[in-house]
Amino acid sequence: MISFFKRRRSGATPRSRTSGPAPVVTRAAATRAPTARRSAASLSLRAYIAQHAQAFTYSLGQLWRAPAATLMTAAVIGIALALPTALYLVLEHAQQVSAGWKGGAQITLFLKHEVSDEAARTLAVRLRAWPALTGVSAISRTEALEEFRRLSGLGAALDALDENPLPAVLVLHLAPEHDGMAQEYSGRLLAKVRALPEVDLAEFDEQWLKRLRAIMAVIERAVQLLALLLAAAVLFIVGNTLRLAVQGRSDEIEVSKLIGASDAFIRRPFLYSGMWYGALGGVCAWVMVSLALRLLNGPVQRLAALYQSDFSLSGLSFTLTLLLVSAGAILGLLGAWLSVGRHLANIEPA
Amino acid sequence: MILFNHVSKRHPGGFEALREVSFELARGEMAYLTGHSGAGKSTVLRLIALLEHASFGQIAVNGQSLSGITRRGLPKLRRSIGMVFQNHKLLHDRTVFDNVALPLVIAGLSRDDTERRVHAALDKVGLLSKERAYPVTLSGGEQQRVGIARAVVHKPPLLLADEPTGNLDPELSREVMALFQEFNQFGVSVLVATHDLELIRHLPHRTLTLKDGQLVADSPTP
Repeated sequence: MISFFKRRRSGATPRSRTSGPAPVVTRAAATRAPTARRSAASLSLRAYIAQHAQAFTYSLGQLWRAPAATLMTAAVIGIALALPTALYLVLEHAQQVSAGWKGGAQITLFLKHEVSDEAARTLAVRLRAWPALTGVSAISRTEALEEFRRLSGLGAALDALDENPLPAVLVLHLAPEHDGMAQEYSGRLLAKVRALPEVDLAEFDEQWLKRLRAIMAVIERAVQLLALLLAAAVLFIVGNTLRLAVQGRSDEIEVSKLIGASDAFIRRPFLYSGMWYGALGGVCAWVMVSLALRLLNGPVQRLAALYQSDFSLSGLSFTLTLLLVSAGAILGLLGAWLSVGRHLANIEPA
Repeated sequence: MILFNHVSKRHPGGFEALREVSFELARGEMAYLTGHSGAGKSTVLRLIALLEHASFGQIAVNGQSLSGITRRGLPKLRRSIGMVFQNHKLLHDRTVFDNVALPLVIAGLSRDDTERRVHAALDKVGLLSKERAYPVTLSGGEQQRVGIARAVVHKPPLLLADEPTGNLDPELSREVMALFQEFNQFGVSVLVATHDLELIRHLPHRTLTLKDGQLVADSPTP
């Protein structure tokens, strides 16, 4: 008994000092109050850090003790995070590919079949004199055939043909002042070259590039919306998982409240759990996306090889991985925050 | 330590659990609160720990009026009170050590301090050898003593016990009461609610008797 109560002096608050008769205690407490308050303040900071460390490891231990349930929740979160990540990567790769294509204003003239290389060169010289054009490059039928043979990989098929099926091509480079602006002017220019007797087909090169970029912008916006939707899904998944966790530990919460645990103290391990769930979900997403990339890379490289490209899928960068895991952690924490406080309030000691 | 000033408690259904109850428990004093079941003993304890709020009248604990305590201040009040329950309220998925350590974990004590204090408290109730056991493996009397160790491990100035001997045989009951008296001798204010008049008849402490929510007798220390 004595040994138990003697220790009182070391850590107890002044109020709880009760050795000896009551009046003496009051006086003793009063004289010691200032130092006691100081040590209480330093204790509370130490206690705060200790409690965080405790909640940090305790919540991790809780998840560790139920690995199947934890993995299942993390996998669901992982799928929700992997979807927008994968779509983002597709977009990024598409942008990488299309960035290689020049977007400058060009008109490609496909000349009629019967126009000889000689006539094509003469036309090119004539067109170079036009003030709206800064240059004209000519691709003769032979050159076109060579290029096609090189890029298409259909050399054997071409050899089977009796004659060259490709027309001569002139590429007109528009002067910068006509680039993009003055639609009407460039439209007139297009009409003018189309009227030339040697010309079979004339197209603005940038038009389809513009369309492609517009399509990609639409897809990009859709991916952003999807990411937003799936982020909300992560909030709900974590919130619901922790609602069940709170219910499962209502005894513990009730007893803790009875013996003076603050709401923050009770909430803390659940918030950490939410963070762990989210971060683990991020890791799951990383695994899924990396695996998918690895599986896709072979076929994509074979496809690229057919186009004489050494294009290959790049994996998730370190920054993107970090972003993915921390986004998961933040969403998990937020989901826990939104759910746990509400459900804790419902558990009161009776 | 505890001051009740014309306290009434009326439940939403209109049932009046307490009527105009006034008493004072001095610092370092020990008292028994008796009466038939339903007389309002538990209500008195619940009001002190702010598990319920009084409908009328004032209550002060440790010099602080309970009406001024907000939701944020509630944990601090409860940390200054050790509580022992008839059904122990132990956590069955945790060892005896972890159960007793809970108040210290809440207070944020270091691992070393926690261990030292839990061992001292368990030693006091004679269960040091059971610290690694789970509550279900203990007898009712042992579980109650674990509950007592948990109530005093953080050295609260006030100890409340609600029918602590309700499930115990007479001999164990006397041991538990002897523990409370020991704590009281070291300055802890103690209020024990019990209907076991036979048990406390020969014990040398003040007895407050409730009947139908009213304080009908206040026999001073013999």
